[in-house]
Amino acid sequence: MPGRGWLARWPVIRQLTGEDGRSDAARSSRTDALRPRTEDAGTVARSICPYCAVGCGQLVYVEDGPDGRKVTQIEGDPDSPISRGRLCPKGSASKQLVTHPGRQTQVLYRRPYGTAWERLDLDTAMEMIADRVARTRRETWEETHEGNVVRRTLGIASLGGATLDDEENYLMKKLYTALGAIQVENQARI
Amino acid sequence: MAECHPVGFQWVMEAKARGARVYHVDPRFTRTSALADRHLPIRAGSDIVLLGALINHVLENELDFREYVLAYTNAATIVSEDFRDTEDLDGLFSGWDAETATYDPRSWAYESTGEQPSAEQAEGGRRDADAAGSDTFGAGGPAAPPSPSTDPTLTHPRCVYQIVKRHFARYTPELVERLCGIPRDGFAELAEAVTANSGRERTTAWVYSVGWTQHTVGAQYIRTASILQLLLGNMGRPGGGILALRGHASIQGSTDIPTLFNILPGYLDMPHAGRHRGLDHYLELEGGATGFWGNRRSYLVSLLKAWWGEAATEENDFCFGHLPRMTGDHGHYTTVMGQIDGTVKGYFVVGENPAVGSSGGRAQRLGLANLDWLVVRDLALVETATFWLDGPELETGELRTEDIGTEVFFLPAASHVEKEGTFTNTQRLLQWREKALDPPGDCRSELWFYYHLGKLLRKRMTDDEIDRPVRELTWDYPEHGVHREPSAEAVLREIGGVGPDGRALSSSTQLRPDGSTTCGCWIYCGVYADEVNQAARRRPRGEQSAVALEWGWAWPANRRILYNRASADPEGRPWSERKAYVWWDAERGEWTGDDVPDCEIGKPPGYVPPEGAHAQDALAGTDPFIMQSDGKGWLYVPAGLVDGPLPAHYEPHESPVANPLYAQRANPARRTYHRPESPYNAPDGRFPYVLTTYRLTEHHTAGAMSRPLAYLAELQPELFCEVSPQLAGEVGLDNGGWATIVTSRAVVEARVLVTGRMRPLRVGGEVVHQVGLPYHWGWGGGGLVTGDVANDLTPLVLDPNVYIQEGKAMTCDVRPGRRPRGRAALELLERYRHG
Ligand code: SF4
Repeated sequence: MPGRGWLARWPVIRQLTGEDGRSDAARSSRTDALRPRTEDAGTVARSICPYCAVGCGQLVYVEDGPDGRKVTQIEGDPDSPISRGRLCPKGSASKQLVTHPGRQTQVLYRRPYGTAWERLDLDTAMEMIADRVARTRRETWEETHEGNVVRRTLGIASLGGATLDDEENYLMKKLYTALGAIQVENQARI
Repeated sequence: MAECHPVGFQWVMEAKARGARVYHVDPRFTRTSALADRHLPIRAGSDIVLLGALINHVLENELDFREYVLAYTNAATIVSEDFRDTEDLDGLFSGWDAETATYDPRSWAYESTGEQPSAEQAEGGRRDADAAGSDTFGAGGPAAPPSPSTDPTLTHPRCVYQIVKRHFARYTPELVERLCGIPRDGFAELAEAVTANSGRERTTAWVYSVGWTQHTVGAQYIRTASILQLLLGNMGRPGGGILALRGHASIQGSTDIPTLFNILPGYLDMPHAGRHRGLDHYLELEGGATGFWGNRRSYLVSLLKAWWGEAATEENDFCFGHLPRMTGDHGHYTTVMGQIDGTVKGYFVVGENPAVGSSGGRAQRLGLANLDWLVVRDLALVETATFWLDGPELETGELRTEDIGTEVFFLPAASHVEKEGTFTNTQRLLQWREKALDPPGDCRSELWFYYHLGKLLRKRMTDDEIDRPVRELTWDYPEHGVHREPSAEAVLREIGGVGPDGRALSSSTQLRPDGSTTCGCWIYCGVYADEVNQAARRRPRGEQSAVALEWGWAWPANRRILYNRASADPEGRPWSERKAYVWWDAERGEWTGDDVPDCEIGKPPGYVPPEGAHAQDALAGTDPFIMQSDGKGWLYVPAGLVDGPLPAHYEPHESPVANPLYAQRANPARRTYHRPESPYNAPDGRFPYVLTTYRLTEHHTAGAMSRPLAYLAELQPELFCEVSPQLAGEVGLDNGGWATIVTSRAVVEARVLVTGRMRPLRVGGEVVHQVGLPYHWGWGGGGLVTGDVANDLTPLVLDPNVYIQEGKAMTCDVRPGRRPRGRAALELLERYRHG
């Protein structure tokens, strides 16, 4: 969680301590009434931009509202020696990435030969997926290949994006390897 | 760089403000070109000619940094009498076997010092060709004798220096003009800038992205740059290096802790059936007893202990037998062919969108349509999840929804602010993200998904022997919160390693071969040192040095510049005051400086290894390239690459011009798929133009993370192609109108952007037109803006070392107007395919 530093970076504090003399000259009654979106943030999380691999620092402002917690703003982290508070168009738009209305929040299911999506609850989906992995693994198990022991399945494959966390990649590789699934690939190759 | 890594580019501008000269070599004119001192437009696919000519310029004029070259590279090493160059064999190196289309690399070896590689070890070259084996040398090198014969005068005709010099002698400014389309004055200016800014006082850096890698000679592009940078003494020094700008937040992490078929965490080879009989045999054949790879047993045993815990014992080879075995290529494109052929039944796609993002999109979708089941996890309904409902093959009538048997599960994912964990950025820096809030609805992290899937699968395991690796797997992480999210910190700690006392390790040198240590990825060892999440460190930049050692944690051992021992001379003194970085402090008897020294801290520069020394003890105090078996930077690669020990210019698989250097037109070892789902363009006049693909600042890869965002969609709403006014005139294209781009794989329509930024190039006396196409659009994916799939045009042909596809240089035709729809599109394709 943020330490003492985050308070000092809070835009409203920056304004109140009057760092920038030009702000006075620019004031009007209308601008006086404007408040930064970050002002009511309950917490600020230190994060990293999820787009390219420069790794710019982000500050994620979260507010507690009547409909629960929501992200109100994502800004560059001025402390970062990589980005010095800057973000490019994608990094600056990342609040929309996490809040846009097209984001799916429900499990969807398409049965074989089906013509439409159906709803499924998450636990059921997990059990169904586990059943399919276990079954396909058994059905396609290859103990030997041309006389050599291989102990694997070529029936299950995986392709991951390169916005996966290191910890996620680690669990994926660990589980797949134990299952004998070797066709495990990532954006990192393609 | 200004387009695709904009915030990183601020540092280039800082350097420019302080006097650095910036050159931009790119087929298109971008914001980078606008800010560079000079833009050199180049024909896509010809970079080895340009880099080779720079090498030739350096060697012809003896502009190499001789002291550095002698001490730190293999320039003086004598190569076997059996070696024959492409210059002798018209485009082939010795060892080519036309029947298997692979090289036997034995003749590339250093002159024998008595020890011959075993037949089994030599077989490695073939095996590498079969399984993208060169990847495993990503952080090091394969076996080579530590002390071969040398000639420090560099005059022996078979010393590496002379071989390299002869090899590149035909790479002249004239050839650059002829093949790259770069005029002689442009080349002269670049050559002068690069050489004037190298040496004791100055350094030059090269920065590249997939414009260098997505070629059938991609690995050799980087090799050419390595040769140049080693000759100029620009490796391991501040302001030097060859910097890969990677395109995704943790694409480096996805390689280090690979979800890749051919490697285990930390660039350890996946075992190969038939080749590796057991742990000892595996280690024997992997070789590399000297240098830090000499500790390979410790790295691997610690990994096996992390995975199989108590069950992994000395008696059972630490469960080495639990690892499944490769038998060849199990890469992405081969997997897709397996889907089409029906051998691959189930597919997980997580945070990826191959229906739009992978080469040969049609083959990808035909594969998806032939699965038993598919699990897609993403933020939005990407095209890979909806191909059965709205894919382009439905419009052409090739597929019908009712006939597609694939069962599809779409599971929504947590975003980067709804989970904690680390990204590894392009400079190997791990940065921890704090979680801002819980994910909404059914959204979950991949950590959650794989952890709970693993638990459900373990319940389904039996006493059967085939289930033993899953049963015995260590799979128990603390859970927290309403969703029972597994602890990412606990996973990171397992990755970082734990010692016999149960405490987190601080360095990979603490790893043991006896099973007393555990470590999920040896190069990340120490990321949890002192029981502290080192990747979460955030000391503000104003409160520490410019190297910023207390911001995040870089592998290995928090070193920020790799091989930085080379920033000091052989005696351990900085090459110059200006370029001081790490140095030997004789009084304290240790290495010190601005960064963590990338060598053993107490090893004096004068250390000479005793006969028969092992691992790092076999490297001299002057050897900076500590992962190499001889500690040297390799100008010539005696083993480890499958397409030759030196880079040679080959034309792309699809190219409108001949190769004037060699009868061998394209890389002979390139990997092709002769499949009806994705045919190649005929090498005749049907496809007269060069097509290259690229990104825009405002979008991200296949678009799932940018097309649904209003700001970004508005900034770049539509697929377009960039063409020169000359090409527009030739074909009859209007700015703002429509063009149809055709390859044998697909027809794609795009808005026309006629711009002087695309310049026709004179190549071999003929005008070559290039067409540029960003590839961010698709037909759905929750996008506010949609468009045809540029990747449908690209061929499935791969670099043989690392299996990356040639997405940056191919041929195409361009027609005015919109593309035909439905069956008419297929008919047009047929006409192009069959002439
Ligand atoms: S803000 Fe832009 S430059 Fe920085 S990491 Fe994100 S995408 Fe890359």
